Amino acid sequence: MIEGILIGLSTALSLTNILMVMVGCFAGTIIGMLPGLGPMTAIALMIPITYGFDPSTGLILMAGVYYGAVFGGSTSSILLNAPGIPGTVATAFDGYPMAQQGKAGKALAIAAYSSFAGGTISAIFLLVAAPSLSKVSLAFRSPDYFALMILGLTAISAFSSKGQFLKAMMMVVLGLMLATVGQDSLSDITRFTFNNMNLTDGISFVLIVMATFAMSEALTIIFRGKDPNRAAKQISLTELGSIKVNKEETIKMAKTIPRSSILGFLIGVLPGAGATIASFLAYGMERNYVNEEEKQKFGKGSVHGLSAPETANNAACSGSFVPLLTLGIPGSGTTAVMLGALLGFGIQPGPRLYQTNPEIFWSVIMSMYIGMVVLLILNLPLIPYIARILAVPRNYLIPLILFFSVTGIYLMSFNNFDIFLMIGIAVVATFLRLYDFPMPPLILAFVLGGLMEETLRRSLLISDGSPNFLWDRPITLIILLITITIVGWQIFSTFRKKN
Amino acid sequence: MRISPTKFISLLFLALSVFYLYTAYNIQVFAFDENAPFNARTFPIYLGWAGIILSSLKIILPEKITTEVNHKHLDYKSIIYLIIVSLIYAAVILKIGYFISTSLFLFASYYFLGERRWGLMFILSFPFVAAFMYLLHGLLNIYLRDPFLKYIGVMG
Repeated sequence: MIEGILIGLSTALSLTNILMVMVGCFAGTIIGMLPGLGPMTAIALMIPITYGFDPSTGLILMAGVYYGAVFGGSTSSILLNAPGIPGTVATAFDGYPMAQQGKAGKALAIAAYSSFAGGTISAIFLLVAAPSLSKVSLAFRSPDYFALMILGLTAISAFSSKGQFLKAMMMVVLGLMLATVGQDSLSDITRFTFNNMNLTDGISFVLIVMATFAMSEALTIIFRGKDPNRAAKQISLTELGSIKVNKEETIKMAKTIPRSSILGFLIGVLPGAGATIASFLAYGMERNYVNEEEKQKFGKGSVHGLSAPETANNAACSGSFVPLLTLGIPGSGTTAVMLGALLGFGIQPGPRLYQTNPEIFWSVIMSMYIGMVVLLILNLPLIPYIARILAVPRNYLIPLILFFSVTGIYLMSFNNFDIFLMIGIAVVATFLRLYDFPMPPLILAFVLGGLMEETLRRSLLISDGSPNFLWDRPITLIILLITITIVGWQIFSTFRKKN
Repeated sequence: MRISPTKFISLLFLALSVFYLYTAYNIQVFAFDENAPFNARTFPIYLGWAGIILSSLKIILPEKITTEVNHKHLDYKSIIYLIIVSLIYAAVILKIGYFISTSLFLFASYYFLGERRWGLMFILSFPFVAAFMYLLHGLLNIYLRDPFLKYIGVMG
């Protein structure tokens, strides 16, 4: 492992890669601050820029963007009570009251220190857990993988559906349907192409991500008449005050950070769950842990209440890389985008990544840590200035997002059919968003579609067409039972609310 | 009878799933693969049925949470202009090249979103695209096809 860490460090500490982490953290912070634009959009917009990079550099840039976007989301939560991303909603509960008391700088510092500590602890967990899990996951067979993907898709539907599970499951099926367009990987038979040569190779992943996130988020902002740069203007005008944290506050943070880190990391590892659930659970758990006097301060600017969700959401970000790096199965929409990017580089993540491409495996892990340092040292003091960059009027911001989306697709294929297709999918996605049909399950399903068909094919061929493979192996059975429990819980909660 | 938008979308999804399933059953597979436990049709057929079942459930079951959208507050005009500009952009990008089409697309989009500061609009379109192309093509070595610039000798 020490050798791996050194390989990772030497790759991550090259001048280009340090620069990429810094650029990624800045770009992520800027995009994450904008209400409506989250880490998935931020990463998607970076994809065209990474075409010319080697895989480690591209992934390091994306990891930096991911962390930066989460940090940016916290900033708008604390200063404006307008979370940039769902994972930082709980941060606003105590961060915003603290800012209103004239302690905005302190709240941002607590959030940054907590994020740093949460990210650091979870990066250590990742260092230890990922190689061990890689070895364990070598024991996984096709039926287990198939069951695991079903679990991942069910879980992301349950967690991202805002109580509308069926809508999320419909999006999963739509994502899988889109993934079947083009040549069948084994027989080369073309499916659902309707004799259109442009569809023979299937629909590109970048096209789907750009259409359902970058482009449709931009169109939604226009559609709803939102003005995201208003938030940035307000942040740039906010008096932050001192960013110093006193001894008493440090002690409070020191108590909160370890337990929230563990919780956040474990939640992040679970397929489908992520920063949002981790931050809410950590907030709730912290409230139960503290004494009665501290409990009264929750919602009014409590240090515990701010530190817990911030620690947990960053820890969950690192945790979400565990299934991606060890099983090759992303647990969240954001890591699904990163999986797509990895596949674009010609790298298949999974248990063998650890052996075949150790420099990528370790450099991504190490760059997360470097990203944390960049966020703490560079981004925190620069928040008001970053916000000033952000104060680009909506009239310029939206066309620029559309421009990046179209360029990303044009660079890939140099044909206009893909651009037409992207516009069409983006328009449909915009209307679906309007009626709360979630997009992350669609992306995850699209990314996993090919692998899912492959594992189902192998499982059915081995069992000679019998469905026995679903319960023959204990691992498969356990994973499917968990899936059934999630579905059962969704049905139960639906009826409970109705009554 | 008034049908809610969510149920209407589910109805469209049901129609899509039926069409998908019909197409899936008509996928031509090799003769020796026809009765195999798994062929190119199997997975799409499962998906088609899954789509039909889920959308039917959504249509049949009463809505627990209804998503209300106030259409009066939606900016249809801007979105239609933007989509039309994007479609024109996609149609001409191969003919007139990346640089001119992209610059004109940006300029037109700023205009339709209500911007009237001509100088800024110009800077953030033509010179901006040129700088971006230089970043991609000149610095990052990412090939950017532009027949027009190639024709006039700006790009190699």
